[in-house]
Amino acid sequence: MKSIRIIVAVAFMVLISSFAINQVGNSNSDSGYAIGDAATDFKLRNIDDSFVSLSDYPEAKGFIIIFTCNHCPYSVAYEDRIIALDQKYKSQGYPVVAINPNNPKAYPEDSFEKMKERAASKQFTFPYLFDEDQTIYPQYGATKTPHVYVLKKENKALRVKYIGAIDNNYKDADKADQKYVGNAVDALLSGKAVPVETTRAIGCSIKS
Amino acid sequence: MKKISFALSYLVLIGFLLSCKQKPAIIMDPIAIVEAKGYAIPVYDFENFKVLLGKKDDKIRVVNFWATWCKPCIEEMPYFELVNSAYADKNVEVILVSLDVPSQIESKLIPYLERQNIQSQVVVLDDPDANSWIPKVDEDWTGAIPATYIYKGNECYFYEQSFSYNELEKELKKFIP
Repeated sequence: MKSIRIIVAVAFMVLISSFAINQVGNSNSDSGYAIGDAATDFKLRNIDDSFVSLSDYPEAKGFIIIFTCNHCPYSVAYEDRIIALDQKYKSQGYPVVAINPNNPKAYPEDSFEKMKERAASKQFTFPYLFDEDQTIYPQYGATKTPHVYVLKKENKALRVKYIGAIDNNYKDADKADQKYVGNAVDALLSGKAVPVETTRAIGCSIKS
Repeated sequence: MKKISFALSYLVLIGFLLSCKQKPAIIMDPIAIVEAKGYAIPVYDFENFKVLLGKKDDKIRVVNFWATWCKPCIEEMPYFELVNSAYADKNVEVILVSLDVPSQIESKLIPYLERQNIQSQVVVLDDPDANSWIPKVDEDWTGAIPATYIYKGNECYFYEQSFSYNELEKELKKFIP
């Protein structure tokens, strides 16, 4: 009997250590939201110099929160699709709220002034907020741009329903046959379960 | 009693196998090879590229995912180059996996390689359906770059982070007795 216990202990130690090896170097994989978590509201400066919070939208059923920025080619590749998402879903209760999480000292192109310029030239239809103190993106667990969180209002909480990419082809919107964010919001609007809850995509790491 | 210990050792074995990726050994077949200024850059989809993540020889491979537009990637590039030259006689090989779009290989990637006199092996990974392949590189990779995968045989480590030279060397030395 005693020997069984020893074997169990040894097996556990070996198992745990083999997992621990794989964990080395992953500093940010365990932080941030998972599906079903309640997301935080925020108060961040918009490109029109007003402050925007999610509580400013009492009519909204939820939100498409997109961490994005000016400098990242993947963000730029998705700009038109982000505008299209806002145009399609704002009227249905799921507006886009874009947040630039980068430190402009690391990326001068992501400064507040440049955000204003970019939003004006692309005629963004949604708020483009600046996470100036860099306190919001770590709470969400965003690691890169673009990085999307679809939230749904449930009672008083904002529940995370989808985390990940906009679709499955950053290069060519026409070739994207999995519209992850659109499918998620469509499902939420019709009271169904979100078909794909988390996805991953290459993106530009957020710099502090 | 025997059964239990057998089951447990099986569990332990599974634990070991899961701790590294098993990749089938097939020949790498590029989608395209872009040639300019004396460079020939192969472009792979993930199916062909993944061979590079699972070679079962004696080499220590340092596989760095980067792009010319990725500022932190460019900042750490000299360290990877230095490892490639300083550890060449220790059986270390650096592979720089560019995620630049193929249309910019000639206009951005090759000029960068030429300007910086990059000596490490460079390949382009062009597979837009990243959600399908990112977890196959590492379960914990969110997709942010720079990211680095270091392996030898069945021993492997993955890092979603930027490196200093000392940090990179420290990780590399785990493989060198």
